[in-house]
Amino acid sequence: MNEIAFLLNGTPVRAPATDPTRTLLDWLREERGLKGTKEGCNEGDCGACTVMVTDGQGIRALNACILLLPQLHGRAVRTVEGIAGPDGALHPVQQAMIDRHGSQCGFCTPGFIAAMAVGHATGRRDHDDMLAGNLCRCTGYGPIVRAAEDAAEAPVPEWMATDGAALAAQTGDPAPFAPAGGDALAGWCLEHPKGVLVAGATDVGLWVTKDLRNLGPVAFLHGCADLQKVEPVAGGIRIGAGVTIASLRAAMEEPHPALAELLRRFASEQIRAAATIGGNIANGSPIGDGPPALIALGAVLHLRRGEERRSIPLEAFFLDYRRQDRRPGEFVEAVTIPATAPALRCYKISKRFDQDISAVCGCFNVTVEDRKVTDARIAFGGMAGVPKRAAAVEAALLGRDWTEARVEAALPAFAEDFAPLSDMRASAGYRLQVAQNLLRRYRHDLSGAPVSVLPLSALEPVT
Amino acid sequence: MSVAQPLPHDSAALHVTGQARYVDDIPVPADCLHLAFGLSPVAHGRITAMDLAPVRAAPGVVAVLTAADFDHVPDCSPSLHDEPLLATGEVHFLGQPVFLVIADSHLAARRAARLGRVECEELPAIRTVDQALAADSRFEGGPVIWARGDAAAAIAAAPQVIAGQIEIGGQEHFYLEGQAALALPQEDGMLVHSSTQHPTEVQHKVAEALHLPMHAVRVEMRRMGGGFGGKESQGNWLAVACAVAAARTGRPCKMRYDRDDDMVITGKRHDFRIDYRAGVTEDGRLLGLEFRHLVRCGWSMDLSLPVADRAMLHADNAYRLPAVRIESHRLRTHTQSATAYRGFGGPQGMLGVERVMDHIAHALSLDPLAVRRANFYAEAQPGLAPEGPVEPEPTLIAGDPVDLTSRGAEAVAAGAQPHPAMPGNGGSTTPYGMEVEDFILGQLTGDLSKRCQLDVRRAAVAAWNSENPIIKRGIALSPVKFGISFTLTHLNQAGALVHIYQDGSVALNHGGTEMGQGLHRKVTQVAAQAFGLPIDRIRITATDTGKVPNTSATAASSGADLNGMAVKAACDTLRGRIAALVAARAGMAPDDVRFEAGAVGAGDLSLPWDEAVSAAYQARISLSATGFYATPKIRWDRVKGEGRPFLYFAYGAAVSEVAVDTLTGEYRILRADILHDCGASLNPALDIGQIEGGYVQGAGWLTTEELVWDDKGRLRTHAPSTYKIPACSDRPRLFNVALWEGPNREATIHRSKAVGEPPFMLGISAFLALSDACAACGPGYPALDAPATPERVLAAIARAREGRT
Repeated sequence: MNEIAFLLNGTPVRAPATDPTRTLLDWLREERGLKGTKEGCNEGDCGACTVMVTDGQGIRALNACILLLPQLHGRAVRTVEGIAGPDGALHPVQQAMIDRHGSQCGFCTPGFIAAMAVGHATGRRDHDDMLAGNLCRCTGYGPIVRAAEDAAEAPVPEWMATDGAALAAQTGDPAPFAPAGGDALAGWCLEHPKGVLVAGATDVGLWVTKDLRNLGPVAFLHGCADLQKVEPVAGGIRIGAGVTIASLRAAMEEPHPALAELLRRFASEQIRAAATIGGNIANGSPIGDGPPALIALGAVLHLRRGEERRSIPLEAFFLDYRRQDRRPGEFVEAVTIPATAPALRCYKISKRFDQDISAVCGCFNVTVEDRKVTDARIAFGGMAGVPKRAAAVEAALLGRDWTEARVEAALPAFAEDFAPLSDMRASAGYRLQVAQNLLRRYRHDLSGAPVSVLPLSALEPVT
Repeated sequence: MSVAQPLPHDSAALHVTGQARYVDDIPVPADCLHLAFGLSPVAHGRITAMDLAPVRAAPGVVAVLTAADFDHVPDCSPSLHDEPLLATGEVHFLGQPVFLVIADSHLAARRAARLGRVECEELPAIRTVDQALAADSRFEGGPVIWARGDAAAAIAAAPQVIAGQIEIGGQEHFYLEGQAALALPQEDGMLVHSSTQHPTEVQHKVAEALHLPMHAVRVEMRRMGGGFGGKESQGNWLAVACAVAAARTGRPCKMRYDRDDDMVITGKRHDFRIDYRAGVTEDGRLLGLEFRHLVRCGWSMDLSLPVADRAMLHADNAYRLPAVRIESHRLRTHTQSATAYRGFGGPQGMLGVERVMDHIAHALSLDPLAVRRANFYAEAQPGLAPEGPVEPEPTLIAGDPVDLTSRGAEAVAAGAQPHPAMPGNGGSTTPYGMEVEDFILGQLTGDLSKRCQLDVRRAAVAAWNSENPIIKRGIALSPVKFGISFTLTHLNQAGALVHIYQDGSVALNHGGTEMGQGLHRKVTQVAAQAFGLPIDRIRITATDTGKVPNTSATAASSGADLNGMAVKAACDTLRGRIAALVAARAGMAPDDVRFEAGAVGAGDLSLPWDEAVSAAYQARISLSATGFYATPKIRWDRVKGEGRPFLYFAYGAAVSEVAVDTLTGEYRILRADILHDCGASLNPALDIGQIEGGYVQGAGWLTTEELVWDDKGRLRTHAPSTYKIPACSDRPRLFNVALWEGPNREATIHRSKAVGEPPFMLGISAFLALSDACAACGPGYPALDAPATPERVLAAIARAREGRT
């Protein structure tokens, strides 16, 4: 109970569970002398510390700098030192990186190798998405992607395929600091009304590494398998709070492709593999990308306190800046969304397309019947202290014709709904203008006009 | 042939297996201590009180130092001695080190540093160039002005006058490996491992701080995890802090900045505002041009003067300026001290004139490439130059104590004064009086535009734009002409040390540092070529001030040019000794001896290399030699703004195609085509790596990389969560890079050309393509500012639509 047991590069290891906020990165470098995994930013934004983590749900790339040791219990970790074979034989991605000149200064390379090995093992071909969480300042990425492409068809080396079997053979000590299910969690929360719940630690990790906070009592949620389900229910789809963004993205491809595309650009591969939708909601950030989309869908939030449960419209959860309608001892259990919403579109505006926090995230779900707007749900992130519906805009559209003139007439209502701030991501003026323009974009989008630069490629010369 | 082979980076196999060792990876003795700075909470103020008791009481803390703990507070400046290690009474930027925590772990030091209370009486802070101008807050007495001809008269008489302004943001280096140093006390001095591009600078500053002669300090540097200029002077702080802490405690001391500290403390690329006024003919030829550079230097001088000079030296880029006046204001502000960054001011100066070209073409409705070509310098005459003379040193820098190996020494050398205008300009003379003898951009841009079908693609872009109201496309070509040599002439020297061991293996050492550019690989190739050996017989060891002294920074793209030549000189000495022996045995002349394919031969005699070496050893011939190189032909008077500061120019050109969303300002770089001149490339794979990476880094500077300070002078973009360098998908989807075929006209190492900085400026084409797309939205000139974030693009689109120019 007092030890965290996991596989490290194929070998069982134990770490004392005395400090639940010890990061894997510090432990690797300071206790194990494994210096291959690098600290680039210490906040999960550069990927230099990427490691491969395997468990019953598969193989993932995670950032070791914000991965807390208790999260590893019962899992298998491979660092860059464990990606070459025991006899020193290089993994195909390693050889390809040499052949393609994919390393220059080499500092980001171990993280790239780990991410590429995960992509290789899982058959990924969307290299830009797979590697969006790994920054390289030297190469311009071209040679790295060429290396990933070169290696893609090579078989997975046998030494890489042993972790799953080795895990299955492990005897399952209970995980320290980790309630085994929703009921246990509910009990823990009642006992620790000020306790900190850690799901993916993609934000809590920064409280540790950047704010240097002492967290007090913590509960890790990865043992709560019952909170990690996406399941059809009457009236829609119920998404457990512990569902990772990566799992949610996969589950949304069919019913809500616009949401899936938004989630493709949610942080990075490493963050999506750790972060949960429950954390994204409960954290109450005004710039999280999950809530605006879910509010536009008409999501219902399910909260639990002990045996008490209640359900509220998601937008009602966000009371004020960083203040949510969550009572002491209460936790986010799930969120329910409709099974379909063909008119849903989600637009994330940021300086950089990948792995950036939204300046504005606008999500639109307008129902048009007989050319008239019969329902309108429009929600924004980045425009207020909370994720917020554009009620005045919705009202300006409702019952009107869905025409350019009517859309234009509704634009001034944005200023009634929002008084955004200026900060390092964008000015207030830009935010308001873009929010208006996104409604314009939405109308074009529904009509089938191209509205994004993302699918474009260079023009073929006209001859 | 080793030279010209596309061999991988010498550490590639170590990189991909995680075995490559950086400063923070070096095993340390168990008693090693760890340091962290406590920082100024205000941008400008007088320290009125400090409560450090909670810091001293924090777990793991061994000692806490402030300026009061020193008789002479150690200085960290590479120039004016204006950077005390710890603030002395006054603080000059938010983030300035005020106290130093020495603790038993990195985390303990960081935690403790947060507990300090520094109270300041706030003083008015100068954050912007406007505030600095108003307050006359500047380095040097006034603006530096260089002029040729009478620009004002030429503009007044010109048929067309085009004027405007561009804001050019700074840039965070974002080397993936943050700053780091480790000091290990020795029995009679200090050994310092420092992540630095300039080990001699660190040696000098540490020796000065410890009141030791330089021979008592040895600095070692195996590799950096990126530098880009950010480790030319900025590593001094950590190395000096470690050294003084190690000297006081007698224990090894290590310091590495957490990323946020790194970004808050260290300098960045200088941001510029450039005002311009051009007089042109109806067909776009420049008659007169005036620039005003407002350079935000930050709180200390650092390397700002040579940076601002190099911006002036590249204000012409590829264009003949018949009459020109460049006014450069080096403004002092209460922000991080701006420092060296790839291009060293050149990119900012170059963007200024590229903006002028773009504006002229737009205003006169001319083809932008035609306008550029009409203003190009005269194309070079064919032929190669022989090796030139090394000029006698023009000036001696006095002052005590001056770090002669720093580019900052330039600042100490002389204060610049405005000087009278020199006569007007001929067809191939730069504004600073240097003849451009190797100009190839006429051919190179012609070749590139043909290769990438620029004309037909421009037509396709126009056709798209006429049909698509929301998404606009743009395309642009921009050329690069970049001067190669340190402008502080005496820095253009290098040394090397080559050993041949009795088993035939070769170890070499030189003054250059490896930061990812593959310098060690190139230099190894030079040695392998000289000895006719396979590359794996030669090993480069860590750069070490104990092996090669008085080195210049690995900077100004000079690494391979200088150190390659020095290594070749050492190898040639050793070759000569072995050749004399083998020639005697073969009864031939030493000149007849060949070093090829692992053997040394003359006439019918051919000895395997190992046997030749063994024979030389037994003949009591020295198998160790030093080599030295000094760049010929160059001389530069920065006061007059006149001379030949550069041995030669490196050239290149890029065409970028972009798409812009006119509703949001979002954009994508869809395609880039590059033709770049590396002379006779020492290693085409490494050179292409520099070009691809340089383009992306340059495009990042001008697009997503935005530094934002708030009203208090606090840098709000101090981590990768808020400061956005290009990510994987930001590279051009279609990316064609080719090398220009042709040797360097000058007698450089195997007639190659420097490649570190020049390709960075190819990224300007992406910025101009964005401007082109914005211009498709209306009649006005978009006057796009940099970085062209979506917000700035949307503002430029509005200007185009409103028809303002």
